[in-house]
Amino acid sequence: MDIKDIIKPENVVYSKTPVLSDAIMHYCPGCTHGVVHKVIAEVIEEMGIQDKTIGISPVGCAVFAYNYLNIDWEQAAHGRAPALATATKRLNPDKYVFTYQGDGDLASIGTAEVMHACNRGENIVIVFINNAIYGMTGGQMAPTTLLGQVTATTPYGRDAKLNGYPLKITELLAQLEGTCYVTRQSAQNPASVRKLKKAIRKAFENSMMEKGTSFVEVVGTCNSGWKMSPVKANKWMEENMFPFYPLGDMKDR
Amino acid sequence: MAVKGAITVDTEKCKGCSVCIANCPTGTIALSKQVNGKGYNYAYMENPENCTGCTNCATVCPDAVITVYRVKI
Repeated sequence: MDIKDIIKPENVVYSKTPVLSDAIMHYCPGCTHGVVHKVIAEVIEEMGIQDKTIGISPVGCAVFAYNYLNIDWEQAAHGRAPALATATKRLNPDKYVFTYQGDGDLASIGTAEVMHACNRGENIVIVFINNAIYGMTGGQMAPTTLLGQVTATTPYGRDAKLNGYPLKITELLAQLEGTCYVTRQSAQNPASVRKLKKAIRKAFENSMMEKGTSFVEVVGTCNSGWKMSPVKANKWMEENMFPFYPLGDMKDR
Repeated sequence: MAVKGAITVDTEKCKGCSVCIANCPTGTIALSKQVNGKGYNYAYMENPENCTGCTNCATVCPDAVITVYRVKI
C-alpha cells in the first residue's frame, strides 16, 4: 500500500488538538512543558470545556503558557497563582480554574500560597511541574533539587549541610484536610502520558464537585538545565528522580 | 488483522528532540539530514514500511507536530 493512500483525512488517528494554538512553543527541544500543555489541552477538548476554563500561568518558563492554549488566562506574580485562582474560582464557581506552576514558583516563593490554598480546600486544580531546577533563570538550585545534583549554584552537587534537603511538597500537601486528590505523575513515555491524562481529567472533574483541591505533580526534565540531551534527560529522570519522587496517587477521596 | 500506518511531521515546528525516535517501537522514525528554518534536524519516516500507526510518537511529542494515520488491510 502506498503512503499516499494512508495519508488521507479519513485515516487520521491522532492529530494536534485545536485547543492548542498554532504558535511555536518557545520551550527547548524535548521539554516536558510541551507534553503537559498538550495533555491539558486534550483533556479540555475531551471534556468540551474550552469556553469554561481559566488557567493561571506562573513565573518561570511556563509564563507564556497563555500563548499556547486557546482558553482564558491570567498571569500571576511569582508564586501567587493559587491566590489568584482562589479569587477566580470563588467569583466564577461555574468555571474550571487551574494553575500551572513549576517548582521554583510553587515550592519556593509560592509555598505559603499553595499551602493555604490547599488547606482552605479551594475547588481548583494545581498542576505542578517538578524538574528539580530553576530552568528559566539559568539552571540554579531549586528546593526540589536532589542531593548531589549539580546545578549552576551547586557546582559540586547539592550538599545537605550547606543547602538543606530536597522538599517533597506533594507529600506535605497530601497531609492537609483541604486536598481531595494528590498524585505524582510523569510524561516521558506513552504509558506515563496516558496516566497523566487520566489524572488531569480526574482533577478537573473534582474541581466541579466541591471536594477540595486537586494537586497533580508531574516529574519532568529540564534537559538544558541538566545539560543533557532530551532522551538522556528522560533516562536520568527515571534513574535518579523516581526513587526520591515515587510516582502514584498519594490521596484520592 | 494487519494494520499499516504513516505519520506526517510539521517540519517547521519540529525541534529534533528525538523523543519520538526513542519511543517508536518499530524503528520507523529518524532525524533528517536536512534542517528546517530554525536549524533543527527534523523527524521523518526513514522506514515507512515499518509504521503501524500506534501513535506512540505523537503521544510523547512535546511540540505536537506529528499527525498519525492508520488503515486496516
